[in-house]
Amino acid sequence: MSILKGKPDDDIKIGVYVCHCGHNIASTVDVEEVARRAKELGEVSVARDYVYMCSSKGQNLIRQDIMQLGINRVVVAACSPRLYEQTFQNVLRESGLNPYLLQVANIREQCAWLHEPGPLATEKANRLVKGAIKRVIHHSPIEEQSVPVFPATLVIGGGIAGIQAALEIANSQQIVYLVEREPSIGGHMAQFDKTFPTLDCSACILTPKMNEVARNPYIRLMTYSEVVEVSGYVGNFNVKVRRKARYIDEDKCVGCGICVEKCPWSTESEFDADLGVRKAVYTPFPQAIPNIPVIDKERCVYFLKGKCRACEKFCEAKAINFQQEDLFIELHVGAIIVATGYDVFDPTPISQYGYGRLPNVFTSLEFERLCSPSGPTGGQLKLADGREPKSLAVIHCVGSRDQNYNAYCSRVCCMHSLKYSHLFKEKTGGEVYQIYIDMRCTGKGYEEFYERVQGEHVRFIRGKLATITADSPDSETGEKLSLSCEDTLLGGLVNIPVDMAVLCVALEPRHDAEQVAQILRLGRSRDGFFMERHPKLDPVATMSEGIFIVGCCQGPKDIPDTVAQASAAAARALAMIVRGKMETGAITAAIDETLCSACKVCNALCPYGAIFFDEVSNVSRVNRILCKGCNVCGAACPSGAISTRNFSESQILAEIEGVLV
Amino acid sequence: MAKLKLALYWAASCGGCEIAQLLIGDRILKLAEAADIVFWPVAIDAKYKDVEAMEDNSIDVCLFNGAIRNSEQEHMARMLRAKSKVMIAYGACACRGGIPGLGNLHNRQQIFDTVYRDTASTEKNGNIFPQPSYKAPEGELEIPVFYDTVSTLNQVVDVEYYIPGCPPEEKTTWLALEALIQGKLPPRGTVISHNVKAVCDDCSRKRDIKKIKKIHRTYEFIPEPEICLLEQGLLCVGVATRGGCGALCPQVSMPCTGCYGPVEGVIDQGAHFLSAVASVIDSKDEEEIRTILSDVRDPVGTCYRYSLPDSLVRRASIK
Ligand SMILES: Cc1cc2nc3c(=O)[nH]c(=O)nc-3n(C[C@H](O)[C@H](O)[C@H](O)COP(=O)(O)OP(=O)(O)OC[C@H]3O[C@@H](n4cnc5c(N)ncnc54)[C@H](O)[C@@H]3O)c2cc1C
Ligand code: SF4
Ligand code: SF4
Repeated sequence: MSILKGKPDDDIKIGVYVCHCGHNIASTVDVEEVARRAKELGEVSVARDYVYMCSSKGQNLIRQDIMQLGINRVVVAACSPRLYEQTFQNVLRESGLNPYLLQVANIREQCAWLHEPGPLATEKANRLVKGAIKRVIHHSPIEEQSVPVFPATLVIGGGIAGIQAALEIANSQQIVYLVEREPSIGGHMAQFDKTFPTLDCSACILTPKMNEVARNPYIRLMTYSEVVEVSGYVGNFNVKVRRKARYIDEDKCVGCGICVEKCPWSTESEFDADLGVRKAVYTPFPQAIPNIPVIDKERCVYFLKGKCRACEKFCEAKAINFQQEDLFIELHVGAIIVATGYDVFDPTPISQYGYGRLPNVFTSLEFERLCSPSGPTGGQLKLADGREPKSLAVIHCVGSRDQNYNAYCSRVCCMHSLKYSHLFKEKTGGEVYQIYIDMRCTGKGYEEFYERVQGEHVRFIRGKLATITADSPDSETGEKLSLSCEDTLLGGLVNIPVDMAVLCVALEPRHDAEQVAQILRLGRSRDGFFMERHPKLDPVATMSEGIFIVGCCQGPKDIPDTVAQASAAAARALAMIVRGKMETGAITAAIDETLCSACKVCNALCPYGAIFFDEVSNVSRVNRILCKGCNVCGAACPSGAISTRNFSESQILAEIEGVLV
Repeated sequence: MAKLKLALYWAASCGGCEIAQLLIGDRILKLAEAADIVFWPVAIDAKYKDVEAMEDNSIDVCLFNGAIRNSEQEHMARMLRAKSKVMIAYGACACRGGIPGLGNLHNRQQIFDTVYRDTASTEKNGNIFPQPSYKAPEGELEIPVFYDTVSTLNQVVDVEYYIPGCPPEEKTTWLALEALIQGKLPPRGTVISHNVKAVCDDCSRKRDIKKIKKIHRTYEFIPEPEICLLEQGLLCVGVATRGGCGALCPQVSMPCTGCYGPVEGVIDQGAHFLSAVASVIDSKDEEEIRTILSDVRDPVGTCYRYSLPDSLVRRASIK
């Protein structure tokens, strides 16, 4: 006796199509027998087998039966629905049947490929097909839906990833809002001297792009700004942006820089990784875009003590405005691209490396600034006492591939380590030791760069660094660092004396990644970076429809990969915007309001925020556009009021019964 | 109009359903106006053989309470079915198996061992168990065969209507009787009750998002009077139970135990309740979740108090 009460009562005519998949299925399962057995079931009007159901001839068989025999439910017994379900759905659609009146029985991956040929394999296929037949009886048409897409895109973060994405979209004459937290766009790339493997000067390739951003009429640039709230859904996001007070009127400022020159107060420069100084009113670096300074309220003596206003006296444009307040702006966009990048690992906790204690131990980012002609030393490598270093140790994997900190590989450190060896040789001609665990040089031209640096008499030591200590000052060379390290190739401990050490620190998720994830309803993977929809097949999309992730906020990567991702996400956003609408999934949950008791069990469960409580009707409801059909809510509803389309309880139970009984 | 012929019977039940039927009070006179009661062992002196002698379909309606747990009950159910035009499962035991249905956690032998041998009050004079037949000097004696498995009424015979409750509330009983008297019966298969939605719909407590960090038992504290009991950590089965009772228990701070059965259309009340509770446990840590759930002292008795025979698994493995 079936536990299911009632059946859909229209005149059901099922067509069953059993595929041989060449020999893939037919060599294990007696496909003709499967078709014969299916035919014996009452509801089945026609059952056929064919060598390749997915071929156009195979598809035609189905099409003809729908048109000529009035078949109104289709079962295809073939490979995994992941492969051809859409193809067969299209056959139904083209033949005038709703595509969801199809059920695929997977008799390849779930049967033929698992079992020895013979009657048992055939019996299993029979049962899978019977399950599908019993299930498809309970299928009903599902309406597909689309949403309008508002023609504007928000890009969050103005590093190379955000810049690239914004330019791609703007170059198609579509509006982009680019929101950057710092006073200037540019991100980490602006801090580098040269970039591996080509040793292009970073500023030379970045600055033109930054200028393009400033010039492009389709880009609305908002620096010194942050996204504080996002509501709505794909196609129609409402975004609230906080524009922090610059205390300088952006419309009046001409970028002459006199305020910066006249400001009597200095502090550490974040852009120079705290190695250099900047004023209380500042632009982070000379090529900043926009070229409009900000007054740092925390450092400005007028804000701290109520006296000074030197900048105001000298500003001819009358742009200084101490009364300015934070401004909140509402934006309406159809798509969002997140490009918030990474933070670098702080190596202080690894106390045996002496960072913060030993003045000549630097991080990679600090070393970038020391090499840069616009950096604190004008590009000259200098020790704490001002001398030029004669030897350097470059230490890989600091905070990466380390179970205590980050298990993952940061992917760019091997390459920038090689870059440092090269730059050091070029600048000083001194001795370089590179202490590595493995060399990972996998990009285009990367292995060649490695070979080139090997030819520059750099000493490569394979092993993990144990400690860095300061030796007593050498009478000739001054203070030296002493590195103690295992050399796994020689098989023993080695001690290396050097003047300077660079710790190549890990790339980590931004410290505020969780906050951003919550605002945008993004998932995070185990390593803390934002989670993509599919690690291989959909790396820039997220589980939040219409929101994309690019660059290092998705995971550590180099500039070429970052730029490629940014272009990919731009294409995805453009595809939505140019069409002006977007199909969202048809398989969504629905709440039967005649059964919802307003218990609110489901209200906090939806991972996509698709469920809301309608106070007026006193029932919970699903926003179909946000719903991804995961059925978390359906499993929870104690009243059985929630059912996910095409996965109703009756469909699932009928399938189980079909297989078992 | 000819008077209706009505039969009432009890099978595996406690007798509460009979009391509940009498709770309609003086409206019983209205019933008597419209119907002749032809069989009601608890109240009138009609005999088995009188019913046996009746023609098939000569009784208009049979209100049958109690589950089926032995051969006599099954026999009576089949006979009354044959004699009656309309069969109504009255009360939780007939509808879903009820409290006797929890016997499906054990088999016949285990139940006999407990009842006839292991309880403290049983005299320890060997293993004396009831035998279905016994040859006495006067002739062969028979008692009904006790089954391993308790069944709902509709697992044994076809049933037209269901009146839920342990026992059904007086207003629920009257709703059904009134429909009978007026000849306005709902579609076949209907569970007759004032509400198709869950007890929450009847309940005046304020409900909000549910996040359970600790599961409590009723004796541990006096719950806030206006807030949903489930939110306070009491396992109120009201979320998974058909309303119509008026949410009497939660109104007086006792969590609903689920006697009105599942909400309309739900297959397996206990699984739905369990799944709902599991969904609102406020932790992502497996160990912590285990600790929180370990406070559910009697999971089957909590989730399936009245519906184990009606669940998808029906019973524990028989061995
Ligand atoms: C020491 C070092 C050297 C490197 N050298 C090279 C090299 O030579 N060649 C190479 O190919 N790669 C190199 N890389 C890798 C390179 O830095 C990255 O591939 C690239 O910078 C990634 O760009 P991005 O835009 O994703 O991130 P970022 O450069 O980090 O930019 C992110 C931007 O988003 C902004 N932002 C962050 N959060 C918010 C928010 N909530 N709201 C608004 N704005 C926000 C930030 O201010 C920043 O401007 C190096 C990395 C390191 C650490
Ligand atoms: S869980 Fe079910 S009954 Fe409860 S509020 Fe949600 S939809 Fe309504
Ligand atoms: S099916 Fe999943 S995505 Fe859809 S409303 Fe339910 S919980 Fe949310």
